[in-house]
Amino acid sequence: MELDNEMKILIVDDFSTMRRIIKNLLRDLGFTNTQEADDGTTALPMLKKGNFDFLVTDWNMPGMTGIDLLKAVRADPELSNLPILMVTAEAKREQIVAAAEAGVNGYIVKPFTANTLKEKIDKIFERIHGEG
Amino acid sequence: MAEESAGDRYLESARMLVQSLEAGDEMAADKAIDELTHIRETVLFKELGMLTRELHESIKAFRLDTRLSDIAESEIPDARDRLNYVITMTEQAAHRTLTAIEDSINRVDVVIGKAQPMRENWQRFRNREMAVDEFRVLCRDLDEFLEASAEEGGKVQSNLTEALMAQDYQDLTGQIIRRVINLVQEVEENLVQLVRFSGGRILEENAASADKNKDGAIKAEGPSVPGVDKGDVVQGQDDVDDLLSSLGF
Repeated sequence: MELDNEMKILIVDDFSTMRRIIKNLLRDLGFTNTQEADDGTTALPMLKKGNFDFLVTDWNMPGMTGIDLLKAVRADPELSNLPILMVTAEAKREQIVAAAEAGVNGYIVKPFTANTLKEKIDKIFERIHGEG
Repeated sequence: MAEESAGDRYLESARMLVQSLEAGDEMAADKAIDELTHIRETVLFKELGMLTRELHESIKAFRLDTRLSDIAESEIPDARDRLNYVITMTEQAAHRTLTAIEDSINRVDVVIGKAQPMRENWQRFRNREMAVDEFRVLCRDLDEFLEASAEEGGKVQSNLTEALMAQDYQDLTGQIIRRVINLVQEVEENLVQLVRFSGGRILEENAASADKNKDGAIKAEGPSVPGVDKGDVVQGQDDVDDLLSSLGF
């Protein structure tokens, strides 16, 4: 199934440079409908009223971290099915396992390539459409 | 019990002892001596208590000292390695960006260089100043030019993506530097405590901070630094994918 380019995506990272990089990469992949937040505390209310289709989040952020945001989304009945891709420098095995257990849909370690981002997004939506 | 009351009790018992001895009352004298001994023991216990407390304070201060020596022995060299890694990363990112820009400049120069004579010839054609043979050459050149500019354009595009991706150093080094800043802050706090302690008394609350960061929740640690972060760290995206697929992803 083809990806919907109108998909509304929220990019959460405390570094504005990384948000710009991800935003540009997503634009190259055809996704232009993106918004940004700098941590979980800002992201959560946006997600609650924003009708987002996809969340790309960092882990290590002051305020609310990505793992806490992930847990909060999964715990919210309105948002629990939102696909989440984690893009983070956190590279410990126990961290990746913890993210998987919390219900992440994909995990990318920084530094990453444009191709990796495309691959993981394709895979996430392949699986979702396959199951649906 | 307050000091003066112990003194009062000594005086009272001593008077009692003198009176009893003068009166030849041995039992009363023995009782007064017992009382004096008892007061003496109470004072001893109090002093022992104070000694114990001082010892306790010293042990607490020693724990702070070990944290400081821990910082000096392992965390400062560790921070130095992290900062060196930041230099390496920023250098690499700068080179990646410069290489992409230099390559793009060359390609754009070539395209512009070819476009200029082509435009003049095209103008001559539009003005009907061109012979048929010349037009054939122009057509062939135009074909080549269009093909080349599509190709060069593609390469410039991927150079731009390369330059874009190279900027990820700002996030990664930022996280590492933030961690070093936290360490510097901790060193500062420990030094302040040490100064306070050696200048007199240590505050109860300061000892507690040595035990922070001990709760069980999974924590963010920032980018792993080669040669500094040992332990269970994945080596790149392939490792992550393997791990996740072993978990049923």
